[in-house]
Amino acid sequence: MQNTNVAYDSKVEGEVIVTQADAVINWIRKHSVWPMPMGLACCAIELMAAGGARFDISRFGMEVMRFSPRQADCMIVAGTVTYKMAEVVRRIYEQMAEPKWVVAMGACASTGGMYRSYATLQGVDRIVPVDVYISGCPPRPEALLDAMIKLQDKIGRERSVKNLTARNAEPAEAELAGAGKES
Amino acid sequence: MAKSEFAHLKERFDYLTERESADHLAVNCPADQLVELCTALRDELGYDLLLDVTAVDWDAQSPRFTGIYHLLSTTKHEYLRIAVDCADSIHPSLPSLCGLYAAANWHERETYDLMGIHYEGHPDLRRILMWDEYPYHPLRKDFPLAGIETPFPADDVAESTNAKVLPAPMAGGPFVSSADGPMSQTEPRARDESWNEQKEKPVE
Repeated sequence: MQNTNVAYDSKVEGEVIVTQADAVINWIRKHSVWPMPMGLACCAIELMAAGGARFDISRFGMEVMRFSPRQADCMIVAGTVTYKMAEVVRRIYEQMAEPKWVVAMGACASTGGMYRSYATLQGVDRIVPVDVYISGCPPRPEALLDAMIKLQDKIGRERSVKNLTARNAEPAEAELAGAGKES
Repeated sequence: MAKSEFAHLKERFDYLTERESADHLAVNCPADQLVELCTALRDELGYDLLLDVTAVDWDAQSPRFTGIYHLLSTTKHEYLRIAVDCADSIHPSLPSLCGLYAAANWHERETYDLMGIHYEGHPDLRRILMWDEYPYHPLRKDFPLAGIETPFPADDVAESTNAKVLPAPMAGGPFVSSADGPMSQTEPRARDESWNEQKEKPVE
């Protein structure tokens, strides 16, 4: 945790740490990301490799891959999203509880990749707000891990308390705000 | 070898004509004889496996569509290609082979989906790859690869995201990966990167 997030002086406070609510909430969230593997094509194989012992995504506290959107907070879209599948991706995203994040893994999920065709959605950001994009076709597991660490940094910078109160006050607006998430 | 095989078939089915082929024996068959021909091929001549059902779009020619069937005899180890012209170029249709080969079911649905050929007698002729409401048949010659703007498959998702089915950006395409160099440099990219959506294609 960075010094701006926590203050500790053993002489003054004894066993007390002074910090901000945002810092605590973000610290908890970012070290316990529960990804949902939206595996649609070959990127999913690299995603599985990242989950295995060799690349070991559990080093970063995000090994709890859940196949139910209701038990996950980070959708990793790994693969080509066709227009027919886009509807499903959006519905699964909507079923995930807030707060939630989306990682577009690989060229296809980010931009449609080499599938410049009538059947392929040209980037999953047309239907869900994407937090991190990963280049590669497919990206290596290291690239995925790097993106997940970047996502952790991003979660660490969020205004969690403010977002929470804003969401409670105006749910409709909070929904829209999600679509234009800062990158 | 193939020639004698065709002569053998011709003797039995006089409506067949031989078709130019680079590999296996290929025959032309009139649409109304197709089921009769395939029944005999399956039950008497050992062509017990339907490998592929597809079609050709000849664009401006008439007849425009030709249905193609690939059969394999698992006992004789011989392939046979049957080509059947669709008489009607506007609403092409062919008899379904679902009653003969179970494999024909999904193959015919795919050919219907992408080429728009109606298979008469098919038990469940729905689209198989594109979604049910999709209005076009994308493998037809007059359909652009990039696609045509159409409504998004799900109305409620379209409403909440403003998403549409839009033509894909084709600038600089086709998008291919090169076979040379290390993997890190061979990601798919446009062959011609001198132009893109923002920058006009240079006039030659």
